[in-house]
Amino acid sequence: MNPIAILLDNGPRLWDGALMTLQLTGLGALIAAAVSPWLALWRAYGHPLAQAPLRLYISFIRGTPILAQLFLVYYGAGQFRAELTSLGLWGFFRDPFNCALLVFAANSTAYQTEILRGGIQGVPRGEIEAARAIGMGRALLLRRVIFPHAYRIAWPALGNEAILLMKASALASVVTVFELMGRTRQVFSRSFDFSVYLWAALIYLAITAAFVVIWRIAERRLSRHLAARAKGAHP
Amino acid sequence: MTPPIVSPTGAAPEIIVQADDIRKSFGQIEVLKGVSLQARNHDVISILGASGSGKSTFLRCLNFLETPSSGRVTVHGQEIVVRNGRPQDPRQVERLRTRLGMVFQQFNLWSHRTVLENVMEGPVLVKRLPRAEARDKAEALLLRVGLGERMQMYPAQLSGGQQQRVAIARALAMEPDAILFDEPTSALDPELVGEVLKVMQSLAEEGRTMIVVTHEMAFAREVSTRVVFLHEGRVAEQGPPEQMFTDPQSDAFRRFIAKIR
Amino acid sequence: MMDLFAYGDAGWGDEILRGLGMTVRLALVTLPVGLGIGFAIAFASMARNPALRALGVGYTTLMRGLPEILTLFVVYNGAGLALNAAMGWIAPGAGPVDFSPFAAGVVALGMVFGAFAAEVIRGAFAALDPGQIEAGLAVGMRRGQIFWRIKLPQIWRFALPGLGNLWINLLKDTALVSIIALDDLMRMTKVAVGVTKQPFTFYLVACLIYWALCLMSEVVLARLERRANRGVRGLGA
Repeated sequence: MNPIAILLDNGPRLWDGALMTLQLTGLGALIAAAVSPWLALWRAYGHPLAQAPLRLYISFIRGTPILAQLFLVYYGAGQFRAELTSLGLWGFFRDPFNCALLVFAANSTAYQTEILRGGIQGVPRGEIEAARAIGMGRALLLRRVIFPHAYRIAWPALGNEAILLMKASALASVVTVFELMGRTRQVFSRSFDFSVYLWAALIYLAITAAFVVIWRIAERRLSRHLAARAKGAHP
Repeated sequence: MTPPIVSPTGAAPEIIVQADDIRKSFGQIEVLKGVSLQARNHDVISILGASGSGKSTFLRCLNFLETPSSGRVTVHGQEIVVRNGRPQDPRQVERLRTRLGMVFQQFNLWSHRTVLENVMEGPVLVKRLPRAEARDKAEALLLRVGLGERMQMYPAQLSGGQQQRVAIARALAMEPDAILFDEPTSALDPELVGEVLKVMQSLAEEGRTMIVVTHEMAFAREVSTRVVFLHEGRVAEQGPPEQMFTDPQSDAFRRFIAKIR
Repeated sequence: MMDLFAYGDAGWGDEILRGLGMTVRLALVTLPVGLGIGFAIAFASMARNPALRALGVGYTTLMRGLPEILTLFVVYNGAGLALNAAMGWIAPGAGPVDFSPFAAGVVALGMVFGAFAAEVIRGAFAALDPGQIEAGLAVGMRRGQIFWRIKLPQIWRFALPGLGNLWINLLKDTALVSIIALDDLMRMTKVAVGVTKQPFTFYLVACLIYWALCLMSEVVLARLERRANRGVRGLGA
């Protein structure tokens, strides 16, 4: 084991991998963040029957290993190569990065939807009634009262979900995406130097730690009104 | 110190619990500023006081659920020695607790055990009674507090008054020399208070030694043999109930009973 | 279509079933290991001794921050290297030995499960009603008796939902061991795909089997929770 030499020889490779990890996680989380508010509304206010397909989707995502989903999309696409080609989609599915991103986004969407639904249902009824009482319409109510409050409630859980997604992104290495885990396995298979795993662990922990700090700062900003009340700054 | 009640034969009954100059602080706050009490066999002592007067803390010091900051607790002539803020011999405290039963404000029945199991648990586990014997005794006690029909139920299936009667049976099952009651009716709906007080009164009538922290003036006045009034961590007044309620000596107790009425 | 999943030589039904058996066995063997680690770490992080507490907190932070697949490789390759180093020292020239993938799976998944379980268990102990413990003290029970008779039976009520989630995660995480060549459901599916060239069909079936496992687990867990909540007002009984 020679940790220093490994890092000197493979530093750029690991750095590349870390960037790829951030890219996969960030894009996946963002796509999910764009879709999940709509699905969360559907889950919170939709007719029970209309909700059925959404529930089924969430249950499927929660009930199956991400690895299996990844194989289903990446390898499974091959079974429909002709059809996908005629649709002009084969180029998309041939790239493991796209498949991984699709799976991670679909996963995170399911979890973020459930988290946000909890947030929406956690908004105090009184605040909604107060907004209605001053004549707010549906769109305004959602934009100014329900979602701001729901995100504040859901914020810590959304942060956890982002970390889980980052960890899950390591699975992309199995379908030959060279993110941090992929690079790490590559280096190990060439050098058989165990210390590369320790470096990878350190980088994963550093990413998590940095993310936790950023998320907390954002949370403090989101809940400034609460801190002010606690200090009695606004009587 | 009040003169002990003298039994008809002339000899005072034996002292069961004696507390001398108990002090207790939580952080900077001194809750008990030197409280003494002597309970002889067959005494029924009501401890009264406003909330925050330290009465519950004092009761909990008697069986070491709280360790007194200073002072002396003696049970049957055996002193519990405190070193560095902890009882020196935990086994001695365990023995003491088997001799002093306790009934809590919130009942504290073990929620995962049936009514019958709640009553059997102490005798079987602590006193090592054979299960069959413990069961017979538990059933008899539950019949006595009027819960013969509900032995197989779980505590949550009972009303508050019923739960508290189970808790009394649980305390009795240990055959204690005295029972401590910590506001036993304060958590109950008003219409359920009576059934618990009735059980307590019957215990008093059969000569059980009881120390009761309570807000029930009627119980203090009619059932207890002595009333101790705590005010701001000290005994402000004590004596036989009839005398105290008709002719209160301290301003604090006068104000207290005026407010209650 | 149906003969693809037929039993016997012609179809892949028996292979996949065998893989499923391995998946379930791995999860069932890992569960007690993970629970053991979880309790040990929970006790460490609740200990009075600051060094033990740091150990407990450090372990949970570390393990929860690492991808499960990294932990698996660290255990599999690390234990393999250590084993070979030890063998080379004890019996030089015996040739390389492999750390069993099953054992690596149990250890790695158990370590991950344990880290998350420790948090659940710690929370459950913190959620206990102190009055329940005082009632035990008041009849003269000892610390050990209070632990076994009151605390331990009561924490399940608070711990079960969290542990149930972890069990479902464990079931899904077992799929990772297919990467280190354990013949579980995932890997048997892969083998079938290699021969039949029908990846979507087979991976879909694998997904459905995992899904069914999770749904069944949820049913059992709901029943267990009802049992644990008997005697608590408003929650079953």
